[in-house]
Amino acid sequence: MDVLIYLIPIALFLGGLGLVAFLWSLKSGQYDDLEGAKWRILDDDDLPEK
Amino acid sequence: MTVHQRDWQSFVTPAEDGAVHMDLAVDGITCAACMGEIERGLKRLPGIRKARVNLTSQRLAVDWVEDQTGADEIVAELERLGYAAHPFDPASQKERQDKTGKQLLRCLAVAGFAGMNIMLLSVSVWSGNASDITPETRDFFHWISALIALPTVAYSGRPFIKSAFRALSSGRLNMDVPIVIGVGLAVALSLVQTIQHHHHAYFESAVMLLFFLLIGRYLDHNMRGRTRSFAENIAALKAEVAARINLDGTVREVPVSKIVAGDLVLVAGGERVSVDGVVETGISEIDQSLVTGESVLVPVNPGQRVYAGTLNGAGALQVRVEVASGATLLDEVNRLLEAASQAKSKYVQIADRAAQLYAPLVHGAAALTFLGWLVAGLAWQPALVIAISVLIITCPCALGLAVPAVQVVVSGQLFKSGILLNSGDAIERLAAIDTILFDKTGTLTLAEPDLVGAIDPEDEVLILAGRLALASRHPLSMALVKATGALTPLPDVTETSGAGLETHVNGTTLRLGSPLFCGADAASVEARFADVPGASLLAVRYGDEPVRLLAFRQSLRPDAKAVINELTKQGYALEILSGDTEPSVRSCAEVLEIQNWQAVMTPSAKIARLEALQAAGHKVLMVGDGLNDAPALAGAHVSLSPVSAVHLSQAAADAVFLGHKLQPVADALRLSIKARRAIEQNLWISTIYNIIAVPIAVAGFVTPLMAAVAMSASSLAVTANALRLRIGDGKKTTVAN
Repeated sequence: MDVLIYLIPIALFLGGLGLVAFLWSLKSGQYDDLEGAKWRILDDDDLPEK
Repeated sequence: MTVHQRDWQSFVTPAEDGAVHMDLAVDGITCAACMGEIERGLKRLPGIRKARVNLTSQRLAVDWVEDQTGADEIVAELERLGYAAHPFDPASQKERQDKTGKQLLRCLAVAGFAGMNIMLLSVSVWSGNASDITPETRDFFHWISALIALPTVAYSGRPFIKSAFRALSSGRLNMDVPIVIGVGLAVALSLVQTIQHHHHAYFESAVMLLFFLLIGRYLDHNMRGRTRSFAENIAALKAEVAARINLDGTVREVPVSKIVAGDLVLVAGGERVSVDGVVETGISEIDQSLVTGESVLVPVNPGQRVYAGTLNGAGALQVRVEVASGATLLDEVNRLLEAASQAKSKYVQIADRAAQLYAPLVHGAAALTFLGWLVAGLAWQPALVIAISVLIITCPCALGLAVPAVQVVVSGQLFKSGILLNSGDAIERLAAIDTILFDKTGTLTLAEPDLVGAIDPEDEVLILAGRLALASRHPLSMALVKATGALTPLPDVTETSGAGLETHVNGTTLRLGSPLFCGADAASVEARFADVPGASLLAVRYGDEPVRLLAFRQSLRPDAKAVINELTKQGYALEILSGDTEPSVRSCAEVLEIQNWQAVMTPSAKIARLEALQAAGHKVLMVGDGLNDAPALAGAHVSLSPVSAVHLSQAAADAVFLGHKLQPVADALRLSIKARRAIEQNLWISTIYNIIAVPIAVAGFVTPLMAAVAMSASSLAVTANALRLRIGDGKKTTVAN
């Protein structure tokens, strides 16, 4: 059971990483326009000119 | 539209590295193609750093370098692309960034993260308790749970703690008080249990409870935010600007918020008056329908008073802005508005009423449990544990979600029908309505006048008159243009302010204007008025041919008849309260088959009628748009106003509806009744759940596992029940523009 001493902090750290990633994406405004984001995917005009 | 030099400085805020920033409300963004078109179109302008359209809120954010492009060029470019746009007044942008929403999402994320991790540990403990977990490992897991739970509760619980504290300090009980007590006690009990090496700790219950409730809280906030931002867009596009005449004679357009008493404002022909004041120079006719409900145009001369929200006819006016002096219509409305708002008893939301019942009951039950076990001979500590477990399992989860979940679903449907709610509890209040009072002008009718009767396309003179009317921005001229479909203006038109237009066609004089201006005889004018009660007349004279009198009247909303019939069938008592003249209200009431109507009503008469009805125990819905309706809108049990209403009335109403149809009024009533039913069902679900759970808890059989399962199940049940509203309402209503 001693392995838990390592495993639990690792699990918490990984979970925390996910949490931090979410908070960062929230802060950088990625949820401000979900409606527009789904359409921007289909916009081809951002391709480099050939 | 006369474009004055607009004072754009007031709309622009500095951005990083020397650029400036502006937020605009854009009208007409319907799809993704518009988005690309606007962004690429703007980037062609010199000096544009960033242009990004937000499709959710229909807004555009632009950063640009000021000495290369002006704000007016940006608006002009959008105009050229076919989008009406207007910048937001930064002064009125209180919460553009939606700070509260983001804060709630952060709390939700933290609670979610913590809940999952604690749940992992708890599941291990529960399965270990059933098999062979060592006490050391269990304590270790409990301590880790505590380590995660304590900061989480402190962070994610803040929205509830604040609101509970606010309620208690004002001597009320709301839903958040039992929530905070429950969570606080659960955490405290768990800590004590952990220190004493007990088998059970309730950390996961406390955090999960917060997680579920934050979901409800965030959805609730999001629904309000969406309608609020939409309403802000409408307000911005209405462009509350005024053309101020500076002392040096230059004319500048400034936001109305910048106008002070004593300023001189220019109101061009066909524009809405945006200030209250006295006419200094100019003669015109004013459409006062939005203020008094009169549908007939009123002539104005220097020295007369005009109100914000009225529509100027053909003549240009210079208006000296005045603050209310105590004797005007506006003062009377403001006075009544204040009185009505104060007299309105504070409506207590169903959820809070439930909380007022729930909190004493549950806390009483817990206290009785504690005393009961003491009497039964248990030591005080285990008795306290059982008492607190009663509090935990009767978690107000379901109760806290029951109402917001329904409100979110319903407000989404109302939004689809073109109704924007100002207050969440309007849904509950709408459901109790038995009497509906309608204002006539602008509510049952459309705000713009229409030609009475059809146009004969062979009628040369009328077609010519329509082309002549293109030269004027008078409301009746515009109605004639609409009726005739004229496209090409006539040359050499001379306009006599406050009288009419004149030109020569093939050497013959063509006149369009007041009957007097065209030389119509009084008898025929009288006859025409008798023919079409409550109409405004426009005369046409072509050479020596007899003068024609065209009658214009505000036509009913296209579906008014059907909606009124539907409402009558559903058993609502309907009344019309209008400030307009008796003949025009009578004809409207006859068409709609509404028996009770009153004409020429002052704002105080409207509110008197409203109070008489409410005193008789009726629950009244007021639908109106004018300045004269504002007090009644504020005093009614619940109120709706169309999007074309004056600002004051919209602010006084509980909800605003969009489009040309009256259907949203019926939709609002129908949906609110469904919503109330769903709310009641949800409260029953919560109650039944508690009736089952409490005895188990009182008997001392509750384990944390049971608490967790029961909690989730009840929350999911009420949410699912709320979502049921979406099914079965297959009526796809779209907002008519």
